[in-house]
Amino acid sequence: MAMTLAEKIFRSHLRDEPFPGTKVLNIDVVLCHEITTPIAINDLVARGKDRVFDPSKVKVVIDHVTPSKDTKTATQAKILRDWARRQNIRDFFDIGRNGVCHAIFPEKGFIRPGYTVIMGDSHTCTHGAFGAFAAGVGTTDLEVGILKGVCSFRTPETIRVNVNGTLPEGVYAKDVILKVIKHLTVKGATDCVIEFQGEVVKAMSMESRMTLCNMAIEAGGTSGVCMPDEVTVEYLWPFISEEYADKAAAAADYRKWWSDEGCTYKKVLDIDVTNMEPQVTVGFKPDEVKNVSEVVGTPVDQVYIGSCTNGRIEDLRVAAAYLKGKEISPLVRGIVSPATPKIFRQADEEGIIRIFMEAGFCVTNPTCGACLGMSNGVLAPGEVCASTTNRNFNGRMGKGGMVHLMSPAVAAVSALAGKIADPRTFAKETI
Amino acid sequence: MKAFGGKVLFLDRSDINTDEIIPAKYLTEISKEALKPHMLEDLKLEGFNPQDPAVLAAKVLVTRANFGCGSSREHAPWVFEVNDINVVIASSFARIFRQNMFNCGMLAIELPESTIDELFALKADDATIAIDFDKDMLTISSAKGTKTINYRIAEFDKALVKAGGWVEFADSKY
Repeated sequence: MAMTLAEKIFRSHLRDEPFPGTKVLNIDVVLCHEITTPIAINDLVARGKDRVFDPSKVKVVIDHVTPSKDTKTATQAKILRDWARRQNIRDFFDIGRNGVCHAIFPEKGFIRPGYTVIMGDSHTCTHGAFGAFAAGVGTTDLEVGILKGVCSFRTPETIRVNVNGTLPEGVYAKDVILKVIKHLTVKGATDCVIEFQGEVVKAMSMESRMTLCNMAIEAGGTSGVCMPDEVTVEYLWPFISEEYADKAAAAADYRKWWSDEGCTYKKVLDIDVTNMEPQVTVGFKPDEVKNVSEVVGTPVDQVYIGSCTNGRIEDLRVAAAYLKGKEISPLVRGIVSPATPKIFRQADEEGIIRIFMEAGFCVTNPTCGACLGMSNGVLAPGEVCASTTNRNFNGRMGKGGMVHLMSPAVAAVSALAGKIADPRTFAKETI
Repeated sequence: MKAFGGKVLFLDRSDINTDEIIPAKYLTEISKEALKPHMLEDLKLEGFNPQDPAVLAAKVLVTRANFGCGSSREHAPWVFEVNDINVVIASSFARIFRQNMFNCGMLAIELPESTIDELFALKADDATIAIDFDKDMLTISSAKGTKTINYRIAEFDKALVKAGGWVEFADSKY
């Protein structure tokens, strides 16, 4: 029978079907951070079950508030750190080596095609970019994942999104996903996997594919997925070179996960991006999306470039291309958070950090920070942020604050203008 | 099993997200009890006051579509749990929130929009909902009338509630 990528992963990882429609899957990687894991750890300790199903399959990072800002966050970090040590979890990333979870874990090669991945973080769907089934879960699911290496899911249906045409100048993966969310609405993909296909996705880097999959949850999706191909192999090659004779062999093997011709989709959405404008959100829901030309001139107080959506090297390069040799408006605070130490170093070597600093940006360490208003850029009531993050919920970046979601290109030129601006009307330098 | 039923809090809005239910700044807490004073603190709903005695007395929540969208934080069901709200009734839920509810042995009941409208039609200060868990039935009573409604939850979700949650269920089985 013809199957989707998600159906193939479900079949290969099926541990149990306790009731019709409920599947308990074996999990390949359980990812953990300091916000949602400590309560699971404390509960396991209280139950006398302070164990890990397989320490080599549990990956841990401190990323939401780092370095710790107060006693409470220091305590969360300590619980995670102590646990990682006593459970012999080797892949634990602490201050100095830590970065935003959905950027650092793929960077370390932990996510592979065909894998099942869970984490106590809704943006875990990001990892589907590698052709994995990756789902955000709550602390109880995480706890059982840590203890037993399993997680329950309803059998998901798949929505296929074909992204066709050619991306015009100034339009990026972020604009595509905002447009997709606008079409699907914030609940259009609930209990579904969103599969990104089409010539535009095929031509995208892994970074761009991660940006696409990252926001699947904003349409309610369980996981975003892309078909693992030569681009995937190229990204993973340092980690998989011993497993395969050559890159072509790896790409051929990964094809087994591709959705079959004739498989069943719940819905197919075709999007032609050739004439698309950059996209910007306007309200408090990620499906409230407009063309940039409709919101140009909206004043902003802060510009934030970073997060698991758009804090990768390619994002920083794009922003820096618009910022090079210029200074941001005195009316805005610019904050940039490279998502991992590797990205930070690379940005430094490429002169990008200097461009940001000369433009007047504050460059922070890798952290989730401002995105969810926990540190490093909280808004005051009434303030507006132009942001490359993924959520514009009421109060998300601070009580009474407002967030406009956009690409790094729109964010960069908005910083220059002091108000939302259209990158297509700005000059771009080579870096 | 937890106790289900009691005074109703009506939240007449769709897409209420987890940041509104419990803002991220409280995610630094490592006990569920510490979340208690902050339930629905950032809810964007005209006339809503999270400190209203009627809000604090509620045991059942009745709301619209896509409740609990956004973050995976289980702090959202927890903040309800520590405020003695063990039942949320909505026309639809975000997946992670729904699963978190059942994983905690709490009830997330999905009803058609027209049925939710019927519940809202009986909205009054004295509205209560009684749950007959074994029969999958709920009864709403208020000054405006009484109505009994059959609901359906997945067999697995029902088993989780009976077991007391996913940890208990999984620990005995896997």
